[in-house]
Amino acid sequence: MLRGVSFAAAAGELLHVAGPNGAGKTTLLRVCAGLLTPEQGAVTWRGKPIAADRDAYAAAFSYLGHSDGLKPDFTSRENLAFEVGLRRVVAAAEADATLAQVGLAGAEDQLARSLSAGQRRRLALARVMLAGTALWILDEPFTNLDAAGVAMVAGIVAEHAEAGGAVMFAAHQAPAIPRRPVRRVELA
Amino acid sequence: MTRTPASAMLLMYRRDLVLAFRHWDQIAQPVVFFAMVTTLFPLAISPELGQLRELAGGILWVAALLAALLGLEFLFRADHADGTLEQMMISGQPLALLAIAKGAAHWTACGLPLVLVSPLLAVSLGVPGAALCTVVVSLALGTGILSALGAIGAALTLGLRRGSVLLSLLVLPLAMPALIFGARAIDMAIRGEEAGGPLLLLAAMLVLAMTLAPLAIAAALRISAE
Repeated sequence: MLRGVSFAAAAGELLHVAGPNGAGKTTLLRVCAGLLTPEQGAVTWRGKPIAADRDAYAAAFSYLGHSDGLKPDFTSRENLAFEVGLRRVVAAAEADATLAQVGLAGAEDQLARSLSAGQRRRLALARVMLAGTALWILDEPFTNLDAAGVAMVAGIVAEHAEAGGAVMFAAHQAPAIPRRPVRRVELA
Repeated sequence: MTRTPASAMLLMYRRDLVLAFRHWDQIAQPVVFFAMVTTLFPLAISPELGQLRELAGGILWVAALLAALLGLEFLFRADHADGTLEQMMISGQPLALLAIAKGAAHWTACGLPLVLVSPLLAVSLGVPGAALCTVVVSLALGTGILSALGAIGAALTLGLRRGSVLLSLLVLPLAMPALIFGARAIDMAIRGEEAGGPLLLLAAMLVLAMTLAPLAIAAALRISAE
């Protein structure tokens, strides 16, 4: 599916993977996340192929996929405690602060199944933020969000880049990311 | 603070148990099935305890195996559907260890209740009191083996739409050795013989399954997720 794709992301860089439907944006992101093994070629992280030490690489990035990766039967708080908890110990106050940041204040004890699609996307983003990793791989992070939500995510992405993190995201239409340049990777 | 693999396993175990208890019908189903099937035998064969006692070991084991199989399909399915399985794979924790925790939680929610009701069902089949301990131990070991083997099957059939039949076809042949020794142990105990031999063999099988299965489960999950 993907042929002749080559790029690198540096610290503080924003990478926008663009292309028409079916161009392989999700496939590319899944390959970068190590969820798909490429037939040819390799993904490297800090000079080492990711296949050499999957778990060490996995600890360095967080991934927001097409599905939100949330348990419908857990509340927002529980979702963060259990799903981020596998990576690191999350303090309750920290989780609540992040929930407030993504606009989910007041929905801490609501079951994820009762949240709207946009709210679930926000909760999934909170999961990515709390993981505290340098690299974020986000697949369509702006879907299901209202205008305010899109601006909020753009701001959070910019903040992460300013703090020295790298963000790689796939999107049909990406909003303007404040203060930071965005490099486009165009898939044909 | 980063999470150590051991503490991640505990968290995973707790997470799956909390989820299991929020769907308590999934816990109740195998137990009810186990009780129903064992009560069918006196109706079909004969209510005479002497005759039932002859068959009790086999009846209990076959019914328990089929009941334990019921819950297996759900082991990874929900996590696969909502994307949390994917997140587990890239959580930076060894997937094989998380698989052990998930298997242990599954056994606690689906296998342990079967073990707990087994003495009651055994008595109804005419098993003497002295043999009840063997019934419990052999089924505890047996459901553990089935949880470990079944998790491999559940991971392999994850991507399939109708995986449950294939799952039984995959897992039941692998469980046959356990069935042979487990049913034999109960049989020996009912006759008043020393059942330590087959029980030790079962324990060895459980240790083998618990050591090797997690690696197979992790590999199968990675294949199914691609």
